[in-house]
Amino acid sequence: MSDLTLKNPMPSLDPKVRVHNFDEVALGYQAETAIKEAQRCLNCKHHPCVSKCPVGIAIPDFIAKIAKGEFEEAYKIIERASSLAAVCGRVCPQERQCESVCARGIKGESVGIGYLERFVADYHLKNLKNQVKKEMPGAKKVAVVGSGPAGLSCAGELAKRGYAVTVFEALHKAGGVLTYGIPEFRLPKSIVQSTVSQLENMGVTFKTNFVVGKTLPVDQLFEKGYQAVFIGTGAGLPIFMGIPGEALCGVYSANEYLTRINLMKAYQEDSKTPIQRGGTVAVVGGGNVAMDAARCALRLGAKKVYILYRRSEKELPARAEEVHHAKQEGIQFEFMCNPVEIIGDSNLNVTAIKCQKTELSQPDESGRRRPVPIEGSEYEIEVNAVIMALGTSPNPLIHRTTTGLDCDNRGRIIVTGNTTATTKKGVFAGGDTVTGAATVILAMGAGKQAAAEIDEYLSK
Amino acid sequence: MYKIVFKQKLNDLVTKIGVAAPEIASAAKAGQFVILRPFDDSERIPLTVHDCDADNGTVFVIYQKMGRTTMELDTLNEGESLCDIVGPLGNPTVTHGFKKVAVVGGGVGCAIAFPVAKDLKKNGAQVTCITGFRSSDLVILEKEFSQISDSFYLMTDDGSAGEHGLVTNKLEELILSGEKFDEVIAIGPIIMMKFVCELTKKYGVKTIISMNSIMVDGTGMCGGCRLTVDGETKFACVDGPDFDGHKVDFDECMRRSTFYKDFETREREKACRLLEGKI
Ligand SMILES: Cc1cc2nc3c(=O)[nH]c(=O)nc-3n(C[C@H](O)[C@H](O)[C@H](O)COP(=O)(O)OP(=O)(O)OC[C@H]3O[C@@H](n4cnc5c(N)ncnc54)[C@H](O)[C@@H]3O)c2cc1C
Ligand code: FES
Repeated sequence: MSDLTLKNPMPSLDPKVRVHNFDEVALGYQAETAIKEAQRCLNCKHHPCVSKCPVGIAIPDFIAKIAKGEFEEAYKIIERASSLAAVCGRVCPQERQCESVCARGIKGESVGIGYLERFVADYHLKNLKNQVKKEMPGAKKVAVVGSGPAGLSCAGELAKRGYAVTVFEALHKAGGVLTYGIPEFRLPKSIVQSTVSQLENMGVTFKTNFVVGKTLPVDQLFEKGYQAVFIGTGAGLPIFMGIPGEALCGVYSANEYLTRINLMKAYQEDSKTPIQRGGTVAVVGGGNVAMDAARCALRLGAKKVYILYRRSEKELPARAEEVHHAKQEGIQFEFMCNPVEIIGDSNLNVTAIKCQKTELSQPDESGRRRPVPIEGSEYEIEVNAVIMALGTSPNPLIHRTTTGLDCDNRGRIIVTGNTTATTKKGVFAGGDTVTGAATVILAMGAGKQAAAEIDEYLSK
Repeated sequence: MYKIVFKQKLNDLVTKIGVAAPEIASAAKAGQFVILRPFDDSERIPLTVHDCDADNGTVFVIYQKMGRTTMELDTLNEGESLCDIVGPLGNPTVTHGFKKVAVVGGGVGCAIAFPVAKDLKKNGAQVTCITGFRSSDLVILEKEFSQISDSFYLMTDDGSAGEHGLVTNKLEELILSGEKFDEVIAIGPIIMMKFVCELTKKYGVKTIISMNSIMVDGTGMCGGCRLTVDGETKFACVDGPDFDGHKVDFDECMRRSTFYKDFETREREKACRLLEGKI
């Protein structure tokens, strides 16, 4: 009998081997393990996990189906609330959501809700029958701008409700951050692609290479017969620190670094995309993006990779699993460390980064402890590349080219109350472009909510 | 897929192509650019729109065979298709409200300078064009420029065509002879734009330059195209590509533009070996 207080461990690739390739690290449960893990669920009456799920998946119900071996049934339960289960099972910060309140967690480890979600979603994808493409004569046209989690879920939900949906995407491939940001070893691109194909089979049209606001402004989408528009353009614009040396050669934003690797496939050795390989790399930041960039650098042959974070380990915003994997792989964390300058040689190539030690202040009104630099604590770390993973702010392109669409002072699109309705009639918005950089599940949930609201708006 | 409906060699290195992309053709304005990929495994490269035929849905760009991607692009013939093209990106060049403007183009930058000069003329400005090339075999668009300019000067470094000298020599000569330009627009190699700006700063003539940075997405997402203008970080793809030339840190731009030089040289050599047969 196995110890019921512990999670069934997730099988994963050996850290020593995986740092040399981009294969998926977490391998997923086998059916037998999934059933065993599902049987750990106590099915508590007040199911706290559901209240902590941003989209309210009926977690104990789908787990009960797994326990009985009814995997497709389990998938159907998740699907009612989430259209991106295979993605969210892999990238949600479960330890801060559903799993944080699991009764099993009180005297041991919580049920592996994320692992189970991933298991049923993968099972569903593997056994998926090819659907016939649906024709929708006379259906009302809706435009979805952006093909990240928000756009994909909005499109899927609208297609289910019988609308003719076109998704406009600026890049040459659909998926948003799932395609250009999150690396293969954490989220295989084949999963994103099958999500997109599934939508195409449901009748959704994808128009890549189309920048709304440039190729065509939002106002003209209405003239083209679209009766409502959903904006899910994400938070693209990278933030820099504004310290000396950020324009040196070898300084990247995490977005550029990851886009070159993921979208432009620089992870393949024969790729034509230029990227700096090897050397010593410093990544500034402590979120998922920083972990991804650091682990990519290692896989591109860096001898040593540092993560520089200005708070302590406790405050790291990244998913626990990513931090764990990064440590296993030998990434070196420098906590309480704030870069103040990037230093270069006469050819303007990066040679070092100068940092200052910090200490945490007393918690402010928001309860957050701010890092305060310690005078005279400067020190230098020798590096050849610096990757800035400090977050992003919403892309101003749509806002600048659309009449009557209001944004707040940080460039986020303003929505009314708890809805997804913007200040412009017939235009809805959700995901990172409304919230600022957040999570896949929140973006997915917003897309779904917008679909319901668009349906209501067009049914009036 | 986007069909190439027109292809014409302008000289040994420079070629003009027309691509069927109706949406871009009806939206693009002078000074804007597109990003394209010849093949599914190619890099994304920015190329400025040279001309558009909105009625037939054709976008024209002019490229110089320089790196791997332009060499790949050059292997495609009329009737074949590009994998991707997206645009128009960036902000259009301001071409109205001027009395007298000097447009300075260097090398393949003349392909971009031309539609700007044409628009200025259409909007009522008196237009002086100065184009510069290394030698006669690299000269492009001579006839086109002479047709739309009020005065047109062709310069070559070696004197093998037009006048012997640099574009800055001619510009200085004109300014000293008493020509009063409201504005100078300079488009070409970074080093040329830098020297034009040093000159016009001396004489206090406002100068706009068009920045051709390293780009990936072209929508303000990657930050790869950043440059410093007046001490502030700007993104060429969404804030530009036009900037006040007197405020641009050109030395930094020059360094950033050579960041991938070693990689590119390697790739170009690989491409040469690979594509030679096909050209
Ligand atoms: C490296 C990285 C790792 C992350 N890891 C995690 C994680 O582990 N867990 C988690 O929950 N979250 C993670 N996130 C955050 C999460 O990915 C985002 O919150 C989520 O993708 C936001 O979805 P979205 O649909 O709002 O926008 P996006 O995914 O950003 O998609 C927006 C899309 O719109 C397109 N677009 C923009 N402007 C236009 C336009 N004008 N016209 C047409 N198309 C346009 C863009 O090209 C893009 O494809 C990560 C983010 C990054 C960058
Ligand atoms: S090209 Fe990526 S931000 Fe400009």
